[in-house]
Amino acid sequence: MLRLHVNPFDYTILGIYFALVIAIGVIARRAVATSEDFLLSGRSLPAWVTGLAFISANLGAIEILGMAANGAQYGLPTVHFYWIGAVPAMVFLGVVMMPFYYGSRVRSVPEFLLRRFNPATHLFNALTFALAAVLIAGVNLYALALVINALIGWPIWLSIVISAFFVLAYITLGGLSGAIYNEVLQFFVIIAGLVPLVVIGLHSVGGWSGLQDKISHTKLGASAFSTWGGVGVGNWTNPLGDWIGIVFGLGFVLSFGYWTTNFAEVQRALAAKDLNAAQRTPLIGAYPKIFIPALTIIPGLIALAVIPNLGTPKGATYNDAIPLLMGKYLPNGALGVALAGLLAAFMAGMAANVSSFNTVFTYDIWQTYIRRGRRDRYYLQVGRVVTVVGILIGIGTAFIASGYSNIMNYIQLLFSFFNAPLFATFILAMFWKRTTPWAGIAGLAAGTIGAAVMHFVGYDIAYFYPHQVLDPTHATINAQMLNFYGAIAAFVADLVVTVIVSLATKPKPVSELGGLVWGLPDPNAPDPASVPKPAWWASPKLLGGIALGIVLVLSIIFA
Amino acid sequence: MSEVPDTGAETPQSAAARLFDLRVLIGGLFVLYGIMLTVAGFFTTPEELAKASNININLWMGIGMLVIGTFFLAWWRLSPLRHDQPPDATGTGL
Repeated sequence: MLRLHVNPFDYTILGIYFALVIAIGVIARRAVATSEDFLLSGRSLPAWVTGLAFISANLGAIEILGMAANGAQYGLPTVHFYWIGAVPAMVFLGVVMMPFYYGSRVRSVPEFLLRRFNPATHLFNALTFALAAVLIAGVNLYALALVINALIGWPIWLSIVISAFFVLAYITLGGLSGAIYNEVLQFFVIIAGLVPLVVIGLHSVGGWSGLQDKISHTKLGASAFSTWGGVGVGNWTNPLGDWIGIVFGLGFVLSFGYWTTNFAEVQRALAAKDLNAAQRTPLIGAYPKIFIPALTIIPGLIALAVIPNLGTPKGATYNDAIPLLMGKYLPNGALGVALAGLLAAFMAGMAANVSSFNTVFTYDIWQTYIRRGRRDRYYLQVGRVVTVVGILIGIGTAFIASGYSNIMNYIQLLFSFFNAPLFATFILAMFWKRTTPWAGIAGLAAGTIGAAVMHFVGYDIAYFYPHQVLDPTHATINAQMLNFYGAIAAFVADLVVTVIVSLATKPKPVSELGGLVWGLPDPNAPDPASVPKPAWWASPKLLGGIALGIVLVLSIIFA
Repeated sequence: MSEVPDTGAETPQSAAARLFDLRVLIGGLFVLYGIMLTVAGFFTTPEELAKASNININLWMGIGMLVIGTFFLAWWRLSPLRHDQPPDATGTGL
């Protein structure tokens, strides 16, 4: 029943898009002469390009389908993943942290850890990041194949091979520039594909009030429209749990951990042409992020209202919400554009991971520990080979995803183990110069263990179940809430261990920390007076402040 | 352990300045899609119209994409990309 009636007109639209995807890789090839051209776009891109790529790297199809699924399953509380769970961290990255990353000229997030801490911390982070990146690339690939199979009937293996080939082609040719340019293009195509669903869907259910009325008759009920309802500690009824989990677990630990330390995101900012453009990268990305829920959560709610039996054993799963609406509403032509957007989003989700994986592997693992001091040309070749290997591993790991019914939860689980402790380490690294090299690795390890322990112990804690009553089968556990609390556990474990180890071991001399820690200026930085002051509209503080203001107003309106 | 990459004499210069302007491609694609959808919008069948809640979505989407595509092409023409980097820029920031 998911099968779309795709005709030659749609295939023409798809064909034009995929030809352009390859063309971008081929033309971007001319701009690659050094390893930094290949892995960091030669640090040459304007802020609007890196800013849209920043948001697009996160706007993979798993994110889109998963958030529409969450919208249908939980209602408007899903906006917490966009507003409190993203925008403050993006603003913090742009305004506070980017000067440390871009200003110190590190080429990756792990390299920052190498300079701030020691090789042990660096290797731990580089390896876990590389592992997570290829796993998630594989998840994207497998999910793409499932969707193509359901929508247009191609066999799974064929979809995997063809889509992996496209990603391989444009990244091995064009490098990060190929990935970033495709991400920006994909951003516009996916928006063009989703807007018609929202317009037609809202029109057919009788507008916003019609949607509210129809949802109130579903199992979600009227509370689907309250984002902060039922978040009381001790007796939560909100689908995302209590406010401690949402504010600290999601809004602080997970969100800051992902947006400010995940190299797949930060890499886009490092590709910007100067510090101001790098600072504006996450800030420009924050504005679309604020409004994307209208294109994901609302289709989820529309699907719940108009698709019979959605999310029940008799009907389709929540993850099918957007494909079902595409088949129900879109005529040929519009359907082709929406399909192009969806497929592009899958490839972008994979490409962002592959293009950050190859950088970390080439610079942080190969160049740092295995083959040092070769000519730049050698590392450019390594980057290309590693891209191919990364995609092959991605294909191999694609099947790990198949054991999990809700892909979104699977990804969140990965991030909570690898990413949750990171922010604690970074915040101490950047703001407490006493933090010692060995505290870095100890804190990260403790945080990762903390997250894992919380994840497994949490299943036996009644508080994480609806009505706070333990379900011996563990089936009804609030997985999101447990994930948020797991993140809090990771953060606290990392913080405590980092402080204790710091007090017991020897700190780095202050002379080695210039430009890496708050209050210690970089001795190699250009004279502030010689750097041209950006125009008033390009001020990071102004852009960040406006984004936070919009989120605050929207949060009050939709409270 | 924190050395910068070896930028010895053999290191080639960055070619990043040769990167093309993305605005042309976005504008071109959207104008092309816009024309295709707008034309298709003139041949919308009654069944297609009913399916889309009586909105001629191909027509509206086509017009919208034409507008966005034209905006990018105009932006590209009015403020072309300039590479004012010095010729000795290595792209390594050194």
